[in-house]
Amino acid sequence: MTSTFPAPGPFAQARLAAGQQPSGETAISVKGLWKIFGPGEHKIIGTPLAELTRDELRLATGSNVAVRDVSFDVRPGEVFVVMGLSGSGKSTLIRCLTRLIEPTAGEVTFDGEEIGKASQARLRDLRRHRFSMVFQHFGLLPHRRVIDNVAFGLEVRGESKKARRDKAAQMLALVGLEGQEMRYPDQLSGGMQQRVGLARALAVDPDVMLFDEPFSALDPLIRRDMQNEVLRLHNEVGKTMIFITHDLAEALKLGDHVAIMRAGQIVQIGRPEEIVGAPADDYVADFVQDVPKSYVLTLGWIMREVRPGDPLDGPVYPSTTVIREAVRDVACSDSPIRIVDDGKLVGMVDRSMVLAAIAGTEPEA
Amino acid sequence: MTAAALAARPRAALRLSKTRSILLLSAVAVLLYVPANGHLTLPLDTQAPLFIALNSFRDWMIANRTAWFFVFFFTPVREGTAGLVDFVTGWLTTLGWVGIAAIAGALGLVFVTWRTGVAVAGALVLVGLLGVWDATMVTLGQMIVAVALSLVIGIPIGIWAGRSDRVQRAVTPLLDLMQIMPTYAYLVPLVLLFFIGNGTATIATMIYAIPPAIRLTALGIRGVPAETVEAASSLGSTGWQVLRKVQIPMARSTIGLAVNQTIMMALSMVVITAFVGAGGLGEVLLKALEIQDVGGSFDAGVAIVLLAMVLDRLTASASQTSDRRRPGADRVSVADRRQIRAAGLVIAIVGIGLGVTQSWAHVFPSDYSLSFADPVNALVSWLEANAVWLTSGLKDVASSWLLDPLQQVLTAAPFWLVVGYAAALALIVSGRRAATVAAIAGLAIAALGVWRPAMETLTQVLFGVLIAMVVGVAVGTWAARSSLVSQIVRPINDALQTMPAFVYLIPALALFGPTRFTAVVAAVIYAIPAVTRLVEDGVRGVSVTAIESATSSGSTAFQVIRKVQLPMARRSLLAGLNQGVVLVLAMVVVGGLVGGQALGYHVVQGLAQASDFGIGLSAALAIVLLGVVLDRITQGAGARREVKRIEDE
Repeated sequence: MTSTFPAPGPFAQARLAAGQQPSGETAISVKGLWKIFGPGEHKIIGTPLAELTRDELRLATGSNVAVRDVSFDVRPGEVFVVMGLSGSGKSTLIRCLTRLIEPTAGEVTFDGEEIGKASQARLRDLRRHRFSMVFQHFGLLPHRRVIDNVAFGLEVRGESKKARRDKAAQMLALVGLEGQEMRYPDQLSGGMQQRVGLARALAVDPDVMLFDEPFSALDPLIRRDMQNEVLRLHNEVGKTMIFITHDLAEALKLGDHVAIMRAGQIVQIGRPEEIVGAPADDYVADFVQDVPKSYVLTLGWIMREVRPGDPLDGPVYPSTTVIREAVRDVACSDSPIRIVDDGKLVGMVDRSMVLAAIAGTEPEA
Repeated sequence: MTAAALAARPRAALRLSKTRSILLLSAVAVLLYVPANGHLTLPLDTQAPLFIALNSFRDWMIANRTAWFFVFFFTPVREGTAGLVDFVTGWLTTLGWVGIAAIAGALGLVFVTWRTGVAVAGALVLVGLLGVWDATMVTLGQMIVAVALSLVIGIPIGIWAGRSDRVQRAVTPLLDLMQIMPTYAYLVPLVLLFFIGNGTATIATMIYAIPPAIRLTALGIRGVPAETVEAASSLGSTGWQVLRKVQIPMARSTIGLAVNQTIMMALSMVVITAFVGAGGLGEVLLKALEIQDVGGSFDAGVAIVLLAMVLDRLTASASQTSDRRRPGADRVSVADRRQIRAAGLVIAIVGIGLGVTQSWAHVFPSDYSLSFADPVNALVSWLEANAVWLTSGLKDVASSWLLDPLQQVLTAAPFWLVVGYAAALALIVSGRRAATVAAIAGLAIAALGVWRPAMETLTQVLFGVLIAMVVGVAVGTWAARSSLVSQIVRPINDALQTMPAFVYLIPALALFGPTRFTAVVAAVIYAIPAVTRLVEDGVRGVSVTAIESATSSGSTAFQVIRKVQLPMARRSLLAGLNQGVVLVLAMVVVGGLVGGQALGYHVVQGLAQASDFGIGLSAALAIVLLGVVLDRITQGAGARREVKRIEDE
């Protein structure tokens, strides 16, 4: 496997290290989560069988490992994306978080509370007020009007008809579906149906929203609209979001952090630029190979240290700027870009470095 | 990819050897048959100790009607059911014929269309004209109670089975068994526990009609997309909320179908319960069939078909309209709907008022009558005089060329050879478990002392299935390839499938008189619609691409059928075979009533005469066991392919 460009520069490496340190605050923390389907569900973990690969285990015990020893932290207010191909266990993983599927082992901590220990009543309470979920095939109720679909979560927690309809109408307005209240789901297009799903999830005013491949069933153009919609809503309502997808571009576009899953395990967690710029193994590298680096990597990722004699009249950018956005200025300026964070000059980016990033090759040292 | 290739190779070898091993097995069977035939053939001994013991057991049960299990369970259940039936029948009588026709018409008008309303009311008037109004109301009363009980018990069980895999697993084999149990087989053991009467008949009907209520309800609940249930759960719904707000509303049309199917099953059984003193239309039909009065049975048969049509029309569409209760989707506006409902209410009230108060509207006037008895009898006489060369020719050819030799072979074969052959066949086709079941069931038939009549029944079943499959595959394939044929065949199939089994005996009896062949003909007619439908659906399901690729490489139509469509529809063909076996068996034993002999005859005798009870009970059990053997052999053939395909993925 060819090593992909670019290895992080010294500055970037330092940043990478900083990024991996726990920031202290977590919304959801997952530790050692397992899910095994089949007869041997509770007899495998802790035995040598747990070391077998999926196929070996299935042959040996008839059981299927969907999620294998997964741990990650989600920070409050961020969009955390889990990306993997079909069969990688990502949909099982997201269902284990709120115990729609009962995990086999491991801890899920939300706001200091261990969800695995919650009683059924407490779990229902969490689902009614703290979490909500958006589904791949929408999961709408065909026998109810759009507005009553959106109000469903409010209805099951016992709110009055007037209150829940008012709230549902607001939510429909928020997702751009005014005037559709009295229609039935099958009278709407796929994209509109998923907006209903989105409104339903928003209506209960949760702390955390879970998205299970919500846009996979939609056309590419509508998918892009919906992605932008999620970004807009994220900016407006500021919820913590956990987002499952099999689409790398979607993961890189939406995620503050991205976890790559394969065969039930997480192979890498990082910011999009870390996934693209420093793939953890050949599998991830293969994935990100065709991603245009300049669209994902930041100036901070490729910058070099300031050398004495560097011209200081070049354009100024913060280190978090995506390379692509600086291309025009680089083209127009003979001087290197100055990278300034918090009023402090932290590094420089030469024209050759930008070109190398666009071309996807190692810069000359 | 290489793994798939490796897996494919031994499987191809396996399939080849499957056909070969059946041939080999048959060769071995023939070799064994030659020296062994005539030995251990287990001829019927009507005074066998088992039959005598069963007879005395029956006498003991009758003598002990005050035993606790009668006093505290069987008797109150029977009397309670009978009381309910009397209550409902009493109301049906009170309302008068105009009242009933008006209610049915109003239901049709409100829930379906005005055309249906007129049709069902007209059908009921026709029933009155046939001179069997009172008998029809007795049957309807039993139907209403039996169906209500089936639904009250069946739908909750179905919901439970739909929500719990464990319950589903527990219930499924029981339902499978109930579904292959011919109607007849229920009656004898029930008589032992409940004795003869109205209540027993209704209980038998209820038990027979309950499987579709359970199965289809469970199917409907399971048909709700998992994601929708998850969506409701993810918002914190309780189990009860998920059931009430999501699963039941979304399963509504399937549950409507469950109601419809339960009614149709109940109707086909309620007629047969005439054997245990049900009265009503079944009794009229039975009495006429017993004396080979084709004309007399014809009126009752037409009345049953009309009743079936009325109930089917009223409920089949109920399952559809209730699915979409939205104003915009219907062509009828809310205001119109309200008016229609009001009109229906007025019609019903006026009809009831007339029926209760006016004597002409209360009892169906006997001066108007439209009996088909005489013309039908005239036709039968004419056929006997003029078409006998055709009917008896057909009968004689089939009997002497196929039925007789086959029966000769089966009855002359030692029982161990037949059981061994069946078990080995089950082993090859369906695997070890099916083979064990088949062997045990086969030996049990021998142990019951009814081996010989069982072989006679088997002869009729094999012959009937052969004919039904030949016709069904031919017509089904043709219908799948030609939409014109399909358009003609479908409605005929629909009509045939709503008719209760008993009715099929009438035309067969008219043509062929009371013989074994009559039973087989009725069974074939009974089974063909189901086989045809399965074959047509299967052949239609073959991918267009496969057919196009065969055609583009120059295949003739016949080659496409033989090399592409039929092999690819294999699963449906096997399902058709399985259905054909079950249906033919069910009907062949009913044919015992019209000269079919064999097991069915002994069941009828057992119900009619105390001294034949033991042999009748044995025969009823043997019918079930025979059904199990045949079902295991044929069902496994389809099921096993399915498992293999899943493993491939």
